[in-house]
Amino acid sequence: MLTIKNLHASITGKEILKGINLQINKGEVHAIMGPNGSGKSTLSEVLAGNPSFEVTKGSATFEGRDLLEMLPEERSCLGLFLSFQYPVEIPGVSMINFMRTAINEHRKRKKQEPLSAGDFLKFMREKQAVVEMDKSLVNRSVNEGFSGGEKKRNEIFQMAMLEPRLAILDETDSGLDIDALRIVANGVNKLKTPDNATIVITHYQRLLDYIKPDIVHVLYEGQIVKTGGPDLALELEEKGYDWLK
Amino acid sequence: MKQYTDFFKSHRQIINQSSHSLLNHHREKAFDSFSEKGFPVCGSEDYQHTDIPKWLEPDFGFYIGHRGTSGNPGKLYPCNVPGLSSYSYFVINGYFYPHEVKKELPQGVFSGSLNSFAENHPELFSKYYNRLAEQKGAGLSAFNTMFVQDGYVLYIPKNIVINDPIQLTDIADTNRDSLINRRILIILESGAEAKLLVCDHAAENESVSASTQVAELFIGENASFDFYELEESSKKNIRLTSNFVRQASSSRVVINNITLDNGITRNNYEIDLDGENAETHLYGLAIVDEKQRVDNFTLINHNTAHCRSNELFKYILDHEAVGAFGGKITVAQGARKTQAYQNNRNLSGSKNCRMFSKPQLIIHADDVKCSHGMTTGQLDETALFYLQSRGIPKSEAVFLLKYAFTNDVIQGVRIDSLKERLKMLIEKRFKGELIRCRGCF
Repeated sequence: MLTIKNLHASITGKEILKGINLQINKGEVHAIMGPNGSGKSTLSEVLAGNPSFEVTKGSATFEGRDLLEMLPEERSCLGLFLSFQYPVEIPGVSMINFMRTAINEHRKRKKQEPLSAGDFLKFMREKQAVVEMDKSLVNRSVNEGFSGGEKKRNEIFQMAMLEPRLAILDETDSGLDIDALRIVANGVNKLKTPDNATIVITHYQRLLDYIKPDIVHVLYEGQIVKTGGPDLALELEEKGYDWLK
Repeated sequence: MKQYTDFFKSHRQIINQSSHSLLNHHREKAFDSFSEKGFPVCGSEDYQHTDIPKWLEPDFGFYIGHRGTSGNPGKLYPCNVPGLSSYSYFVINGYFYPHEVKKELPQGVFSGSLNSFAENHPELFSKYYNRLAEQKGAGLSAFNTMFVQDGYVLYIPKNIVINDPIQLTDIADTNRDSLINRRILIILESGAEAKLLVCDHAAENESVSASTQVAELFIGENASFDFYELEESSKKNIRLTSNFVRQASSSRVVINNITLDNGITRNNYEIDLDGENAETHLYGLAIVDEKQRVDNFTLINHNTAHCRSNELFKYILDHEAVGAFGGKITVAQGARKTQAYQNNRNLSGSKNCRMFSKPQLIIHADDVKCSHGMTTGQLDETALFYLQSRGIPKSEAVFLLKYAFTNDVIQGVRIDSLKERLKMLIEKRFKGELIRCRGCF
């Protein structure tokens, strides 16, 4: 589904990713762990197409297409989803309008008719239930005045709406209390199918108690320095990252 | 300028012949005042970016002595905010257009032409007409007083409340370059309430029209007045307005000026909070591109204690458009417990558009809360990326963010049907579908 080869990327001239290699197949859950500043968020932003980052070398193929050639919106419509570490507040744009525009753009690319207002609302209510999201939130502006937990829940709600093939969860656990963590993780698990895949980026083992990874990678100074099974996460929790350096 | 003073001297009879003597009565003094002051000079403190003498230099024909028009504006220009109002009036090229309204206003209320008001209510006319413009206005107001032929008056006696909004449509429709002068006079006695929407339009033709507007608003004790102005004119239009507001104690005024389409626009607002507990909300929105220019200048005088003012102006600029905002607030000695807030936020969409902003607070009292803020910048890149990452194309994301930027000004509108209509018009404007307001033309 996603093949990354020797990916190098930099921001304002500073190289952050220094040769990432990664293969993700459908049905798999990958965890990417690593200390602060190792390049985890950069990797997710580069995959989603944030124009602030410059890819200097390497390739990324998603669903048989050159991912790096595509605009962020094209990547989304092809089935890539990034749950932001810091979801953006957009005053004046309502959640409903935002999601309806997004869904209909996805449908347009699939040559489907736009959803009627009634069907859209019904679809939205179903998906809200997945993340136990407060009904009033969708009537508000995107993330405006949302608590940290509500913002993360909103990310998973959007993921439920857009039904991606590959979801990248960038520190979705940060800023969540234990109950919210469980709800968000349950949401992710409910959305899991044999055909889609998930990349979970996290600092801690805790989230991985809820979302079970098949493969765990350690990212350090812009490279994947170790790859293993779920046990690797436990080992990291115990020993820290120092032993890998 | 000389062309205008010469014209005034040589055409006194024509200027006077179709107006009421009470109106004509003010012309001579206005002529002296204009001869002395002239048009505001570009580069002077409050006119840094607006060159009125240059714009009015071409020899415009005056629209004078053409009382009445051939067509029925209600049919020519059937609506612009449909379903808004049962009380709909027209001013065409500065002249009030008499026609039947669907619904009668409460007894004692006057809504009609300036000349009829002078005829039917000479005492009120003499008491209010030109009082603020003469005292506070610059040369431009005097110029208007010299030549003005007619206009619109709304007079609401004590304690009468009009719930339905009143709509006034101004239309410039001339087949040669013209200078149009019009007048608005609003008098709300104590406890009266009303909402007025003024739509400013220009017919689609080749000629250039310049218009001057002087509006005087007298808002009595405990009275409440909403004044919405929507400009949807054309690239060939010059609009120069001078609006004066005087508020008595515990009165409440909402002003919301929206420039949706224009050529060159300069709006002046001067608001005097004369009675305690008076409150004013002043909003403005300008969407300008190509070579359009909008300059809004506001002056709020807190003349007494316990008054509140809240001001928000937003500009969205693109291409080579030029925007200017001047916001002056004065707090007089003894105006304790004043609350005055001012905000100006601007969005620039190109390297070649320009925005000039000048907030000024002049405070002569203690124990007041005042603030001002100004920002000019581009769209938030992180928000753009966020929207795009959900599958929304960049052009649509840009539209959503620009549209969102207008939201808090639109929320200041207290007529629901107008709010909805404005949202639709703004959407069309951003999507390039609004060349004319389709409902009207």
